[in-house]
Amino acid sequence: MNQRTAVIIDYDAGNLKSVQRACAEVGLSASISADPEVVRRAERVIFPGVGAAGSAMRSMTRAGMGEALKEVIRSGVPVLGICLGLQISLDYSEEDDQATLGLLPGRVVRFRFDKPELKIPHMGWNEVRVTKPHPILEGIEPGDEFYFVHGYYPEPEQTGQVYALTEYESDFASAVGQDNYFATQFHPEKSGRVGLRLLSAFSEWNGRC
Amino acid sequence: MLSKRLIACLDVRDGKLAKSIRFVDTRDIGDPVEKAREYYLDGLDELVFYDITASSDKRNIMLDVVEAVAEQVFIPLSVGGGIRSVADATDLRLAGAEKINVNSAAVQRPALISECAEAIGSQNIVLSMDIRAVDVSETCQSGYQIVINGGRTPMGLDALAWALQGERLGAGELVINSIDADGTQKGYELKLTAMLAEAVRIPVIASGGAGTPDHLVDVLTQGKADAALVASMVHYGAYTISELKQHLHAHGVKMRMSW
Repeated sequence: MNQRTAVIIDYDAGNLKSVQRACAEVGLSASISADPEVVRRAERVIFPGVGAAGSAMRSMTRAGMGEALKEVIRSGVPVLGICLGLQISLDYSEEDDQATLGLLPGRVVRFRFDKPELKIPHMGWNEVRVTKPHPILEGIEPGDEFYFVHGYYPEPEQTGQVYALTEYESDFASAVGQDNYFATQFHPEKSGRVGLRLLSAFSEWNGRC
Repeated sequence: MLSKRLIACLDVRDGKLAKSIRFVDTRDIGDPVEKAREYYLDGLDELVFYDITASSDKRNIMLDVVEAVAEQVFIPLSVGGGIRSVADATDLRLAGAEKINVNSAAVQRPALISECAEAIGSQNIVLSMDIRAVDVSETCQSGYQIVINGGRTPMGLDALAWALQGERLGAGELVINSIDADGTQKGYELKLTAMLAEAVRIPVIASGGAGTPDHLVDVLTQGKADAALVASMVHYGAYTISELKQHLHAHGVKMRMSW
């Protein structure tokens, strides 16, 4: 059997090696590339990200990577977005008042709390409650927690595109998807065994749900 | 609901584990990679490496340690000790550290916090503060002041004022390390921790003084900390990570209980 492979999109968005190492741990050989042509030829694509919406969008646009990503999604290749990758796949982010890629309808808004004891960013381990089955979320059990770090959260317009919820004061969408695109607000690469299981499920996913 | 975090801190000197007793005496206790892996598999939520290597020509050993750990441990990894520049922070990030802890160098040059926040993101900058109780005075109204050089040098800087300044400059998290409590195993400095946790909006990690599982319960409830850092109570086998988490869970503290 051929080695399963993926390309991790490099757009200056932080710690990509941790994603690459976690993929290696589950037998997915992932290369890191900033070249849109390499992304166009990928078997699978991982679209990670830590940082701010504004600078991320500037890097994506400058390199022509946004277009390449849209093309691979149209072509049916399995794509996994992580954290900021999820956020900039919606239409708009309040962070930097930034128009984003528009792969899924919706916006990204800032956590706002009256209670000072609720810290921002939402940082740490929190439960991910699967609300709609998906091959990538298979095996996640009630009580399973993943690692989050973010000050803004996604608000997809279509509830049918929400696959999991997480509570921080109120519920927000922690996993979204449409066809061959799936994305998590949490970091599977930093979420221990359950995170590795999710990456393993992605490595075997055929892009259908 | 967000869980409280249990964080283990491993002091590393010349690539080997060391445990500091009030920062003065240190002794080797083993291999950092092996220990990190053991704690990870036992349910640890986050790992901190503190580099206490004295000579600057040996500092690159730490990058190798971080790299080796990052290949085997899939939880957030934080590194501190001797970070003076954005370049130091970036090198460690490339080796596999998620978060960077700044301490003394930030006290001496506060712009280090904003420069690092700009370069690697606010959420990845942890401001680690070594703090001693002092008499309340005009210049130190909170009754706590910042010390550096492993607790030896008082800076005449109010701990509360510094915490607020650090948050403003872009720190994403604070470590509240009580030098008075560190190494005593008599419990965290609850009053100090609660005061700072209530003053800032960013998460707060309590450090220094843990000796029994109840100390962790106390600091995560009365002390208002978001995370508790432990060292010697787990390094010498007195308690395991999973035992501590079970104890916290049984006492009503929300913890991640499946791993």
